[in-house]
Amino acid sequence: MSSEMYERMRSNPKFQKLVQVRGRFQWTLSIIVLVMFYGYFLVVAFAPGVLVKKITEGSMWPIGYTVELFLFIFFWLTTLYYVIRSNSEFDEMRADLINDAQMMEGK
Amino acid sequence: MKFLLTLALFLLASTGLAHAAGPAMAATVKQPTNWHAIGMFAFFVSITFGITYWASKRTKTTNDFYVAGGGITGFQNGLAIAGDYMSAATLLGLSAMAYGRGFDAYIYMLAFFAGWPIILFLMAERLRNLGRFTFADITSYRLNQSSVRTMAAISSLVVVIFYLIAQMVGAGQLIKLLFGLDYNVAIFLVGILMVVYVAFGGMMATTWVQIIKACLLLFGGSLVCILAMSQFDFSFTKLLTQVEAVHKLGPKFMAPGALLPDPITAISLGLGLMFGTAGLPHILMRFFTVNDAKEARKSVLYANGFTGYFFNVIFLLGLCAVVIVGQNPEFFEGGKVGGTLIGGGNMVVMHLSKAVGGNMLLGFLAAVAFATILAVVAGLALAGAAAISHDIYARVIKKGTATEKEEVRVSQIATVALGLIAVILGIAFQKMNIAFMVGLAFGVAAAANFPVLILSMYWKGLTTRGALWGGYGGVISAVTFVVLSKSVWVDVIGNKEALFPYTQPAIFAMPIAFGLAYLMSVTDNSASAQAEKALWEDQYVRAQTGFGSSGTVKVKH
Repeated sequence: MSSEMYERMRSNPKFQKLVQVRGRFQWTLSIIVLVMFYGYFLVVAFAPGVLVKKITEGSMWPIGYTVELFLFIFFWLTTLYYVIRSNSEFDEMRADLINDAQMMEGK
Repeated sequence: MKFLLTLALFLLASTGLAHAAGPAMAATVKQPTNWHAIGMFAFFVSITFGITYWASKRTKTTNDFYVAGGGITGFQNGLAIAGDYMSAATLLGLSAMAYGRGFDAYIYMLAFFAGWPIILFLMAERLRNLGRFTFADITSYRLNQSSVRTMAAISSLVVVIFYLIAQMVGAGQLIKLLFGLDYNVAIFLVGILMVVYVAFGGMMATTWVQIIKACLLLFGGSLVCILAMSQFDFSFTKLLTQVEAVHKLGPKFMAPGALLPDPITAISLGLGLMFGTAGLPHILMRFFTVNDAKEARKSVLYANGFTGYFFNVIFLLGLCAVVIVGQNPEFFEGGKVGGTLIGGGNMVVMHLSKAVGGNMLLGFLAAVAFATILAVVAGLALAGAAAISHDIYARVIKKGTATEKEEVRVSQIATVALGLIAVILGIAFQKMNIAFMVGLAFGVAAAANFPVLILSMYWKGLTTRGALWGGYGGVISAVTFVVLSKSVWVDVIGNKEALFPYTQPAIFAMPIAFGLAYLMSVTDNSASAQAEKALWEDQYVRAQTGFGSSGTVKVKH
């Protein structure tokens, strides 16, 4: 019965650890992205004048464009980091957990 | 198979008809028949027919039909998702927006883009682990099958149909301009090709058409961008100096402008685009075409990379066009620089491709734009058909007793019906301002699909009553706000003043949906609500581990 399997996994301390560590990781990255995105939108909404200034005297690069280009790259890098860590560390923990539950079933 | 052949013949006949109609229409349509474009497009169509034939041999079960047997790799699926997301509206509309309004377009693009990381961190894993064919599989996982599925299917169909009409009307106008075909012929062509891909090839054909088109689009866009940037020695400084010198906005070109007139609109747009993406049925469905959560994550990584890259290319295209197209009398009606662009504002990127690469490149890009429309409408039609056949027919009406064969049959019939609806409404809405429809689609996706979906994955306390109130409340409030806003109340109906002062509904409609779902759940003390909460524990373990999900770890007995 898969319900028994779920019960076995749930009571395994490894499950609590996986959920806790991965949950914190997911929410930390989400909050970083949300704060940066809505922070940027608040600047767009309340202080648009800042964005049109150039990054340095004599440069043609406006602050807004430069910041946004950085956000595009940074957001993508967060997804890269997430996928690398999830597909190795967390997937191993997950496989270990399922293995444990199946071993117990075998006994 | 006979039916496929008949349809193919009919299609060829109708293309021939279009050719014959070409010269006669030249008087009313600005663009002459573009043979380069038609030739390249015919080549694309013949390849996709080959794929559809190949896919039809492998499409037998519902699993094949809805999710291509679950065997798409993360990289392929990433390209397909990016393809779904990079519609003709993206290529033509956003480059035109960059050309006309400058920096506003770039802000818009970031809002489209920033939903992806959130979808990846908070949703991708659980979507894949809990769902099978449609996102309603997840919202109804432990809730009442009939009523919650019906609600999810209705809001999916609302999103699909609004999005489909917007794409069809855009397609008709575009093809009229690019190929010199009659509007109605173009609409029929899109409708028929869409039905052929989806009804015969299911998700397999739809995905491969999308992948091929995504590659063509990325290649075409990059090529035009390289050729155009070479005129500025690949220097952004040089480009921007010239842009600010010639554009009517001058130094304000790179400043946020009229698109976001007030803070509420800005935040509401951000919310609507970010969470709307996370509620689009045809995008959500793609998470079920890969084998497991690992591949689902990779899909988002690639999709996110391709769309981010492409948005930046499009913005550069718009900037280059300001100097290259905006200064050339050849592209303006009557040769008046600064007047109306030939073919209208959306033609910016097409004119640019002609300016930097001649008729060959123009033809190529036009063919790619057509292919883009086809691939996107096919994905939409499949998502709509799945809502009808899998959710409503197989689960609600037949209560799970329908055979595989019957279900696939119903989804094919639903595809044909959706094709017909799309063609009829595409013609009916021909002369209307349809910009609001995309807003409506995103508004309903953000305010109805997303809140119930995310609550069903994260909140133990959600009950059937809460899900229904949240879902229907979201649909009704999003539609009402859009109807009462300027884009429908004034622009379409013709009243003097809008009853709802903002054009973006998300900031108001989303809290209504979440609030109703919460209130109606916590006050629900029925026995069924208790039973639903008791089912949470198993759902939670499955969501976290993927154990028991379709196509992954098999239960050992």
